[in-house]
Amino acid sequence: MRQLILAASLILHTALHACIAAAFEVEDSRVFGAGSGPEISVLSTTDTDFVAPLIAAFLLERPELRLRYVVASSQEVYRAIHDEGAAFDLVISSAMDLQMKLANDGFAAGYASGAVAGLPDWARWQDRLFGFALEPVVLLASRRAMAGLEMPRTRRDLIDLLRADPGRFNGKIATYDPHVSGAGYLFATQDARQTDAFWRLAEVMGRLNARLYCCSGDMIDDLAAGRVALAYNVVGSYAMTRLPQAPDIEVIEPEDFTLALLRTAFIPVVAKQPDLGGALLDFMLGVRGRALIDGVAGLPPMDKAALKPHLRPIRLDPGLLVYLDRIKRQNFLAEWDAAMVQP
Amino acid sequence: MRFLLVEDSPDLARSVRDLLALDGHGVDWAATLAEAEDCLAAAAYDLILLDIMLPDGDGRRFLQARRRAGNDTPVIVMTARAAVSDRVDVLDSGADDYITKPFDVAELEARVRAVLRRRGGAAQTVRSYADLSFNPLTATVTIQGEARDLRNRELRLFEILLNAPDRIFSKDQLCDRLFSYAETVSDNAIEVYVGRLRKKLAGSAARIETVRGLGYRLTCE
Amino acid sequence: MNRTGGSLRARLVLQLVAVAAVLAVMLYFTVRSTADRAAEATQDAILGAATTSIAEQLRAGEVGVEVDLAYATFSMLGAMGQESLFYRIDIAGKTVTGYDDMPLPATVPISLAPVFFTSAYLGSELRIAAVARSIVIGKTLVPVLVMVGQTRQGQAAIADRLANRAALLGLGFFVLAVPLSLLSAGSVFNPINRLAEAVRRRGPRDLRPVRDPTPRELAPLVAALNGFVARLRGALSQTETFIAEAAHHIRTPLSTVRTQGEIALRQSTDEATRTRLRAMIRGVEESARSASQLLDHAMVLYRSDQLEREAVDLSQIARNVARAFAPTAELKEVVLVVKGDEGPMLVQGDPLLIESALRNLVDNAIKYSAEETAVALTLSQAEGMVTLTVQDQGRGLSGAGLAELSRRFTRGGNVADVVGSGLGLTIVTEVAAALGGRFVLTEPEQGGTCASLSLPQA
Repeated sequence: MRQLILAASLILHTALHACIAAAFEVEDSRVFGAGSGPEISVLSTTDTDFVAPLIAAFLLERPELRLRYVVASSQEVYRAIHDEGAAFDLVISSAMDLQMKLANDGFAAGYASGAVAGLPDWARWQDRLFGFALEPVVLLASRRAMAGLEMPRTRRDLIDLLRADPGRFNGKIATYDPHVSGAGYLFATQDARQTDAFWRLAEVMGRLNARLYCCSGDMIDDLAAGRVALAYNVVGSYAMTRLPQAPDIEVIEPEDFTLALLRTAFIPVVAKQPDLGGALLDFMLGVRGRALIDGVAGLPPMDKAALKPHLRPIRLDPGLLVYLDRIKRQNFLAEWDAAMVQP
Repeated sequence: MRFLLVEDSPDLARSVRDLLALDGHGVDWAATLAEAEDCLAAAAYDLILLDIMLPDGDGRRFLQARRRAGNDTPVIVMTARAAVSDRVDVLDSGADDYITKPFDVAELEARVRAVLRRRGGAAQTVRSYADLSFNPLTATVTIQGEARDLRNRELRLFEILLNAPDRIFSKDQLCDRLFSYAETVSDNAIEVYVGRLRKKLAGSAARIETVRGLGYRLTCE
Repeated sequence: MNRTGGSLRARLVLQLVAVAAVLAVMLYFTVRSTADRAAEATQDAILGAATTSIAEQLRAGEVGVEVDLAYATFSMLGAMGQESLFYRIDIAGKTVTGYDDMPLPATVPISLAPVFFTSAYLGSELRIAAVARSIVIGKTLVPVLVMVGQTRQGQAAIADRLANRAALLGLGFFVLAVPLSLLSAGSVFNPINRLAEAVRRRGPRDLRPVRDPTPRELAPLVAALNGFVARLRGALSQTETFIAEAAHHIRTPLSTVRTQGEIALRQSTDEATRTRLRAMIRGVEESARSASQLLDHAMVLYRSDQLEREAVDLSQIARNVARAFAPTAELKEVVLVVKGDEGPMLVQGDPLLIESALRNLVDNAIKYSAEETAVALTLSQAEGMVTLTVQDQGRGLSGAGLAELSRRFTRGGNVADVVGSGLGLTIVTEVAAALGGRFVLTEPEQGGTCASLSLPQA
């Protein structure tokens, strides 16, 4: 009887493990450190290379630990937590809306420390979701392609520019495809909220047969290669890391407003070692962590003092849930399509 | 003289009455204020002897009422109280004098005399014997128109003898009447006063006769 | 065992503090529950308005129903205390968007007026507003249910904060109540202290009822005090009356005996009987005098205890006493004269005591004077004292001192033949002492006795 139970539990355990392991799509998984102590598990949307120095610095302070760093897309991160209840100690994502929904729906545990208490209120939600890096969403321009023209400083400038010279820009404009990219959908909806000019811009881009991308990296590649002249709504940090190799690219923060995306982290309620997740979070928000995020990872850290007047951080609040509504999403994308696809 | 004695103790009243009667005074006794009113309505008195604590009221009230009614018969209050306030009260109520119980008859008589003298006296108090007339109030003896003043003890001695002419008084008897029981007096003191009185009566038909071995008596030729 | 009955002030302060504590606790609970209800009502109103607004924006579209969730509405709802938000929209009983497992209300609402209920969802307490309406899709009328739920952690936090503030307020109130209680207890006891002071300031013979204005609450105490004063007054006047009554009851029978004795003496001729009668009368005389002086003495002691000083004319008293004794002196042919300045000689003292002393002095002087001598009462004034000297030409003191003679029932060695109780000089000495005066007894060279009573001038 006892053997039967043992066998049954073994089968069940294995099955569950397999299920979790196989369920969401992992892009990369690496273990840092050689400590004999516990292993922290982090699920993130940020590439391992970006954060490796940060992790190394953290493990230098806590040599007894090991850290398993798992990278997945933001949708997969959401699925892992929401649908599968994956037991990570810290979840990091740039998809603010999805993170917000996870926190709202009760997947994030409460956490209090001196470091998180110091965050401005737009950069935290309750004691569950915390922003640790602020990234402007920028317009990139190829100096070569723009030769002879003045760089646009606002969206109005951009619209006028595109309308004035449709020949030069036809097929030469890059932006996210909100159907495919979560980040692109977020930027589009936030743009739509901020200004009516967004829909005019969408119409103009549609008329000029704008190219739609899944990822910031591809847009930068095409811009650097001269295949496009302008890239609208690119996450600034990706551009910054590429600038040294692409001197032709000009980074423009529109002066009417520049959205700023928050990279956020939370400790799941199912975390096995929530205190270790918290320790990593505190390190990231600490002086040393902030310096590493800025200097090494190339991600601008949370810094109230660095806020420029045109910078419009996307607030962490339940408003983010609105565009995740399936009907709202359908309606928005339908409108987008209508703007982009000109008769 | 005629007294009205207002006193509620019958024993005391009777003995005072008897004692005063021995000296030839007439005494009517009233045991209550009501009886006193009756007596006063029926007769005239030379003096009222008034007790304060009476069964039907306070003697002082009675006195005040009488004085207010204009009745001025002299009153001596006999009081058993010794406090000043009581004495002052008594005089304020209209009494002429007061005497504290128990009293010496001689003292009472002296006070009565003093009161009556102050009040101008009554005509009928003048008494006559042989060729002399005697006014106890002024303490004068008039012999054939010539007035002679008697001193206190001479006066009292004369009064005693005059109250019972021809009766023989022993030296002891006179001594008891003349001197207070509180003092001891030698026998020859009486002889001194008798001698003085004889001098005052010189030239009169009345004289004090020595009855050898028995005492003295007042006679006239 | 402690029989003091404790302190009224402590009791009052304790009670006031206890009341303050009860009030503080009541304040805490009242604020707490009121704050809770007020916060809930406010948040319900906002939640209801948000839900109604979403329901109103539902439109029949080409493909179905158009739902336009307002970003601002959600942002605002969430901003209030950073609550988690959930919503669900059902059309014709089917969830079209939102959280399809959100709990439904027990009774389905029938209008746009929101129905509120509280239910557990995803591990938290949810406050949910539900609104119903109907819309026409195609040609059919379909019912729509809109629900918005909100956690209320912020509300609880606000209520907690308010409750803490109320608790602080209550504590402050309580702390403030302690010194205030002390103060108010002090002011409550002021009238009592004033009353006590008024009673304490009274003179020894001041037995008037207390008429000082007192608070209503002290009226029973004052009434009791006045009742007691009245009884005391009664008892004291009874003491005085008792002395007078005693005098009466002793003297009246003595008078009878004396008078009867005198009558018998007059009527008896038997020498032996007469001697016995004389002895009897003398005995009566002595008893009467002793009784009289005992009563006088009692009176002196009693009045010395209750001493009341007033300005008294010693000259007037001396003359009154002289007049009262005149007939007695006359009987012995003793001349009684009052010498000294005309006009009042005021002294401080009790007139009854002074007269009592004078009577004893004059009585002694006459008693011990020889026939046909003089007794002189002389008044003089010096160094703040008024002195009355009673000078006789009697037998003197035969060397006995005042200390000896003023002892109770002690008499001189040369007076066996005179009736006396031995209390007379005792009374005079005691009166002099009680009134702060002096009594001196001397034998002048020319003979006789000189008694001087000096009393402080008024």
